[in-house]
Amino acid sequence: MTLSYPLQSLTAHPPRLSPGYKSTVKRSPTKPLIPMRHTLSELTGPVYGHETVRENDNDLTLQGKGEPLGERIIVHGHVLDEDGRGVPNTLVELWQANACGRYIHVVDQHPAPLDPNFTGAGRTQSDSEGYYRFVTIKPGAYPWGNHHNAWRPAHIHFSVFGHSFVSRLVTQMYFPGDPLFPFDPIFNSVTDEKARNRMVSDFDLENTKPDWALCYRFNIVLRGRNATPMETK
Amino acid sequence: MTSNGKYDWNDAFSNNLVTADTSGERVRVEGRVFDGDGKPMVDCMLEIWQADAQGRFSDPQDKRALPNSSFKGFGRCGTDADGGYAFDTIKPGTVPDPDGKPQAPHLVLALFARGMLLHLYTRIYFDGEAANAADPVLALVPIDRRATLIAQRAHCNPSAVYRFDIHLQGDNETVFFDV
Repeated sequence: MTLSYPLQSLTAHPPRLSPGYKSTVKRSPTKPLIPMRHTLSELTGPVYGHETVRENDNDLTLQGKGEPLGERIIVHGHVLDEDGRGVPNTLVELWQANACGRYIHVVDQHPAPLDPNFTGAGRTQSDSEGYYRFVTIKPGAYPWGNHHNAWRPAHIHFSVFGHSFVSRLVTQMYFPGDPLFPFDPIFNSVTDEKARNRMVSDFDLENTKPDWALCYRFNIVLRGRNATPMETK
Repeated sequence: MTSNGKYDWNDAFSNNLVTADTSGERVRVEGRVFDGDGKPMVDCMLEIWQADAQGRFSDPQDKRALPNSSFKGFGRCGTDADGGYAFDTIKPGTVPDPDGKPQAPHLVLALFARGMLLHLYTRIYFDGEAANAADPVLALVPIDRRATLIAQRAHCNPSAVYRFDIHLQGDNETVFFDV
């Protein structure tokens, strides 16, 4: 069997042209996208498992010679499909700035220090229930050149594969109550308020580890519902 | 993304899909990505997904027959300072459409970058492939835009190289699919 991926699922996403986010102006198609029926090429996708994930790939506080500086946090949740079913054994990748809002990347010239013990990259595989878990450092806000006094809210980039190549999703997780939300054109490019708030994680006191780390829960919902028999034998 | 990063992180994926036991015609697909001003996009991530030489996907959801090699069918590549990318892979076999009609050999490509709030999907077909004329997906595309989906054979030394440039806007704007 396979899943179907209704086009209506895409309505939650931001329009590709969102002029408040200036880079979208020259980087979004001007001609209409061509609708097509999904074929096996779209309904299948890469399968990567434990061989792809190394020990400590999901703990960004253990990848250096010492502990990185910053607020240690657990980020966990479920990868789900549109009917709320867990998406098992799927690869989840994340990347983020350090506690100062600085990325280890040659084009990041933000005058905040790098942390020699923090790469900001991690990956894991969801378990049989779709559950994933990372340990990391809460990222800092950082300035970007989009407009006068532009600052990105603290965020973690997530990349998820799911069951098929059309369930592929790259998104950003935000932290609850961030005062930068009203001023960020990337966050607000998602015009539907409910959809926008699905990018905001929940503070998870219950799963906070006393004397060690705070915790945030972030569920990721991918396309896919209505399991149907594969049409091609 | 990490394409230009200089730190100790092993990306799980590469732009070389070929392993020792991969059968099929070796091809390199390469090109550049351009924005609406014709400037190279130096910060893209491209991902391709394709069948093996027998037209089978390395995914248990493809129930027809298991692939006969360890070919995974997935590759990832960042663009360089010229907006350039390249994948070393094999020409895929024929995959049926939902009606069972054969599709011409193609790669599915997903393009990600700064300024792209949602990634874009396109397909890469191969120049000189007779099956292109009957491909049911190419048939959905207006005739004057089909060429943007067909990689041009550049040379064959030592193996076939196909060029596939991507234009986000302009006269040669690449066809993207609403999937």
